Amino acid sequence: MTLRLNLAGAVSGLAVLCTGVAAQAEVLFWSTQARPVEEAQAMRENVLAGFADGVDYQPNEEGPWLTRLQAEIQAGSGSIGVLGALEGNFAAIDPETLVDLDELGVKSTSDTYNSLAMLGTDSMQFLPWMQASYIMAANKEALQYLPEGADIDALTYDQLIEWAANVHEGVGQPKFGFPAGPKGLKHRFFQGYLYPSFTNGVVRTFASPEAVTAWQKFLELWEHTNPASTNFSFMQEQLLSGDAWIVFDHTSRLAQAFNDRPDDFVAFPAPAGPTGRGFMPVLAGIAIPSTAPDMDAAKELVKYLMQPETQIATLRATNFFPVVEAELPDDMPPSVKAAGAAVAKMSASPDANPGMLPSGLGEKSGDFSRIYVDTFERIVLAGQPIEQVLEDQKKQLMAIMEETGAPCWAPDAPSDGACPVE
Amino acid sequence: MSPRILPYLLILPVTLFLCLFFLYPFALVAQQAFSNGAGFTLDNFRDVVTYWKFPISLQNTLLLAAAVVPVQLALALLMATMVSRMERGRDLVLYVWTIPLGISDLAAGIIWLAIFEQSGFLNSMMTGLGLVDQPVNLLSYQNPGMVFLAIALAEIWRATAIMLVIIVAGIGLIPKEYYEAAEVFGASPWKRFLRITLPLLRPSLQTALILRVVLAFEVFAVVAALGGTLFPVLMGEIYAYQFDLQNGRAAAALALIVLAISIAFTLVILRVLRVPKGATI
Repeated sequence: MTLRLNLAGAVSGLAVLCTGVAAQAEVLFWSTQARPVEEAQAMRENVLAGFADGVDYQPNEEGPWLTRLQAEIQAGSGSIGVLGALEGNFAAIDPETLVDLDELGVKSTSDTYNSLAMLGTDSMQFLPWMQASYIMAANKEALQYLPEGADIDALTYDQLIEWAANVHEGVGQPKFGFPAGPKGLKHRFFQGYLYPSFTNGVVRTFASPEAVTAWQKFLELWEHTNPASTNFSFMQEQLLSGDAWIVFDHTSRLAQAFNDRPDDFVAFPAPAGPTGRGFMPVLAGIAIPSTAPDMDAAKELVKYLMQPETQIATLRATNFFPVVEAELPDDMPPSVKAAGAAVAKMSASPDANPGMLPSGLGEKSGDFSRIYVDTFERIVLAGQPIEQVLEDQKKQLMAIMEETGAPCWAPDAPSDGACPVE
Repeated sequence: MSPRILPYLLILPVTLFLCLFFLYPFALVAQQAFSNGAGFTLDNFRDVVTYWKFPISLQNTLLLAAAVVPVQLALALLMATMVSRMERGRDLVLYVWTIPLGISDLAAGIIWLAIFEQSGFLNSMMTGLGLVDQPVNLLSYQNPGMVFLAIALAEIWRATAIMLVIIVAGIGLIPKEYYEAAEVFGASPWKRFLRITLPLLRPSLQTALILRVVLAFEVFAVVAALGGTLFPVLMGEIYAYQFDLQNGRAAAALALIVLAISIAFTLVILRVLRVPKGATI
């Protein structure tokens, strides 16, 4: 046993040593994005291979990603050259530890994204890198059950519930699929879709009477939802296996379904509620930690990633869309075409009610999302009374908002100081 | 070298190693749990204990340990007595029985998930035999009992061997003379087990139980694979605090609570299964 442990230790030590040596010359790109093996491989072979100095692309889970970054910053020296992560991940980092990127002279075409990227300072702390959103997708077999008179590109929540009910009745099984698994992005549905569509807010309206209606509607939808949804995290898997016919998820978590069987599925905008068609963009960014070993190479890599050609290659690899002006070629993968069209329809719809990503929460982003996940678990899974749960969770939401002093973001009405929970 | 110094010299490397890689990090964790960045506080403990999931996860962890450990103890005793009677092929059987020990607990969880999930082996079998019309979703929030059963089964399958190994070694140490004497006096096999094997196994049972109970409080990967968020346990909450919420202080506080529970149970086991002074095999 001890011998085996020793051997294992020696071998892993050697392995660490080897990677350390191999990575010396290359820029270490430490990322939370493009984690699935195929995506990571596509990043290395099709996106980063064109960078002259060579890149060591290492995607990782968010926890280990942040742990290593913080360790390097605390130590005052490190090996990470460039960071890639979601806007929320950067918001949880002290802006002081990131290099100002204004001098590079590149930024995204969206002013909203650029101002988010300043993290409350006067200069760009990260650069918007790529964007995505959440959409709906359905198996074409489900289309026959669409309620009469419903337009799939302009559904309401009531029509969606009726549709899911029709399928449930027709097939005998609940076929709506919701990413409520441990790694699922359910909190974004509540923050960016359900709440804006019913209450025209996220924080202010958390415990409003409209919010109670929203949760009641969600409970109605849940009756026609596959109960195994609590294990679903990437809805493309359930679309492909047939366990779910109508689903909600992140565009890149639906991509495989469209790429594997493009003729079997349709993508369409999220439904609309009484206060419009709420939806939320997802923004990923790139940054350079102050401890980067080769600052010039890191800056070159950031510039390289922002070039239109690289952005299109990134789109092919990760299904995240460019943030700079880039002409999309015609031969894009089916997932890109389907998701691109759905996102375009969603943002161009007359009742569109775009929400921003939660901002200004800093290291409390996780706690903020936990409020919504807990509310879901208590109301929907544990069957606790809606009003009581909202009142209870409201106190914690208030505490977070007061502690961080984060002002309201769209669609909540602007606030002076911390966003109040009304 | 003086024979009085030698033992201390020999354990010195291990002691140093433990101090550096166990005691020092432990002190850091304890410090983290009691601080709020500025000074001493109990807020971290209050935060984790008042969180609505804490009582549920504590209850789940204790229930799981209470269900799994006795079954494992009984199974391990049974398997160990069987093995110790074998003349040939003993090693082979032991190797096969300890295979689950070599599998990571996450892999074990995934193996059992492949059995229990909606499109898994159990469902295919039941559909094939005509017991159900269509695959049923066994591991859903509507069947908490089933989720518990699946996790308990996976844990029993995975970790019984660790008790088995300790008990087999313990049985090997019991001198044959006792059994021969008992046979001469006409004791039945059951009586011999009860009056010779069990009492003389005390030290091994103590070790096996402590190890297993402490591990049961640390159950994590199997639960994560089979139960997801449906079956919160303490370790899963620690992980969530550390990695989802980036709240190292709360995670440290919860870790200390788990440590306190483990120490409490260890003391109880040490007391209940104590070997009387002067008694040797």
